[in-house]
Amino acid sequence: MYSRAYKTAVTIPPLLWVTIFLLVPYAILFCYSFWSVSSAQTIVHNWNLQNYLQLARNPIYLQVLFRSMRIAASVTVFALLLGYPLAYYLSFHAAKRKDLLYQLVIIPLWASYLVRGYAWKTILGSDGVLNGFLQYLHITHKPVEFFLYSPFAVIITLTHIYTPFTLLPIYASLEHIPRNLVEASHDLGASPWSTFRRVILPLSLPGVLAGATFAFVLTLGDFLAPLLVGGPSGIMISNVVVSLFGAAYNWPLGAAISFCMMLLVVTLLFITERLEKRLVVS
Amino acid sequence: MTELAAHAAASGTAAAAASAPILSIRQVIKRFGQRPVLRGITLDVASGEFLTILGESGSGKTTLLRLIAGFEDLDSGEIWMGAERLDRLPAHRRQVNTVFQSYAIFPHLSVFENVAYGLRAKNTTPAEIPERVTQALAMVKMGEFAKAAPAKLSGGQQQRVALARALVNRPRVLLLDEPLSALDANLRRQMQVELKSLQREVGITFIFVTHDQEEAMALSDRVALLRAGLLEQVAPPREIYGEPATAYAAQFIGQTNLLRAEVRDGIAIAGSITWRTFGAAGNATYSLRPECIRLVAESESRGMLPADVATARFRGRIRNQSFGGAMDLIEIDCGGTHTLRARIASPGILTGEREFEFTANDAVRVREGEPD
Repeated sequence: MYSRAYKTAVTIPPLLWVTIFLLVPYAILFCYSFWSVSSAQTIVHNWNLQNYLQLARNPIYLQVLFRSMRIAASVTVFALLLGYPLAYYLSFHAAKRKDLLYQLVIIPLWASYLVRGYAWKTILGSDGVLNGFLQYLHITHKPVEFFLYSPFAVIITLTHIYTPFTLLPIYASLEHIPRNLVEASHDLGASPWSTFRRVILPLSLPGVLAGATFAFVLTLGDFLAPLLVGGPSGIMISNVVVSLFGAAYNWPLGAAISFCMMLLVVTLLFITERLEKRLVVS
Repeated sequence: MTELAAHAAASGTAAAAASAPILSIRQVIKRFGQRPVLRGITLDVASGEFLTILGESGSGKTTLLRLIAGFEDLDSGEIWMGAERLDRLPAHRRQVNTVFQSYAIFPHLSVFENVAYGLRAKNTTPAEIPERVTQALAMVKMGEFAKAAPAKLSGGQQQRVALARALVNRPRVLLLDEPLSALDANLRRQMQVELKSLQREVGITFIFVTHDQEEAMALSDRVALLRAGLLEQVAPPREIYGEPATAYAAQFIGQTNLLRAEVRDGIAIAGSITWRTFGAAGNATYSLRPECIRLVAESESRGMLPADVATARFRGRIRNQSFGGAMDLIEIDCGGTHTLRARIASPGILTGEREFEFTANDAVRVREGEPD
């Protein structure tokens, strides 16, 4: 058994860290959301619900929020569509190439987020790689404009960035499936497709759920991709928060949006965790 | 031996010999990389028989089973089921079911759904499923657990579910891969009895893999002894015990004394022990089971008998005696390098030099070395 002093010694630092750098700022943010900005551009501490009422009344905020959720849902779907087959191949069929392919999935995570964002800018732009290629093949005769600065560009970029995050938990859950279950299924007369549908897929659902949660939550809070490749039509809710804390100098409203977002995400995490627990068979 | 058991053993052998084989394994070779695992196996399995593939770990017994099930591809040779070439069919098209060593129960399905799995996979009429599943569960005495989650079951119960899940499909051959090895000794013995009576009841051909020779002897109509990828001997348990073909078979199945003798003029000579034999002259190895050696009462001790009579007699010093309840195990030093082990019913405490005898026919001439 560990001594009490030892337990305290290892518990206190992370607890302090979380309190000082997470809980206290959140509390401050929460307070801000009930304050307001005076005409002289100073923040006044008169407690009221104006910020929350404004969010409910002004449709622009809800529109941006819904767009963000649509983009997040699309990224989730695409990341799953790309990540699941690759994870499946890695786990069941890659054999000797497994380690190499696994590294290839991981390596992009070492490159900076910004680098990957700019890479997509280079690919999708008017003078970009994709347009150049299409014109070279005479498929198009002038640059296609909507590749870049659109929700489409945001979805492509974020799908690229977050696919490894969905792939890894799916891969882990596939690796956990005892192979004799697959053999037992074949043995009992189930075809490979039927085995996938009735054994492999159900047993990998916890991984799918974890991966989907990663993609959705990380996309929903993303502001760099819309900034780099999104353009005016690709603005997401975090960009609104950034501008409210920046140029617009309306910290209270920004804080109110942030708090609503946080509530949304925490609810989502709570639900998926409950679901995952039900899916995991002990 | 009871009359009933003798009758069952005899009829089992007769059935095995009479009917056409349900499964025919021909010249099967399997390598893993450079390493040969099966080096040419030819074996016919009769319909309705309980065949045990017995061997040490690494002998290739599980690989042979996996080839029949379709989990591995063979490198050469053929496996036939009746008139059907089995080794070219994918696992899910073979009329063979497997009970896995670790049971392989689907953890996300209830006991009922586990058993129904094969029926659903083969598009059985939905109306038929509940009845057949219930029947199968009743057969293994698991009827009341239909709704249970597999995680809640003990090892023995999972074992029964695995059996029901396989048998419900009415396979032509049931493969069992060391299914009892994970159970504790008591449960294991109980399951052995149940397994044997279940097999008689359903009449399905069982191919049972084990490394446990006692289990093999207790359950099987025939035992196929596998050694380093080759069949050492295939015979009913009594025959393989009574007339082992090789020194390895004699040692692996039960305990034995190996006597290396020189045969001359119908007499085998191993050190101070001589007995009558009908084998060819030259060097030969004989297997003599410990229980075939009898103690000669001191009052009856008449010195050496002539070498050519049916009973061989020898003197030896008692080196060690361990009490074993009904039978004591006695080590007899016969001089030179010859130490024999004898199993003798309650002889009391023996000391010094004593006289022993055995029936010459009980010394069975066996082949030695690698099978070829």
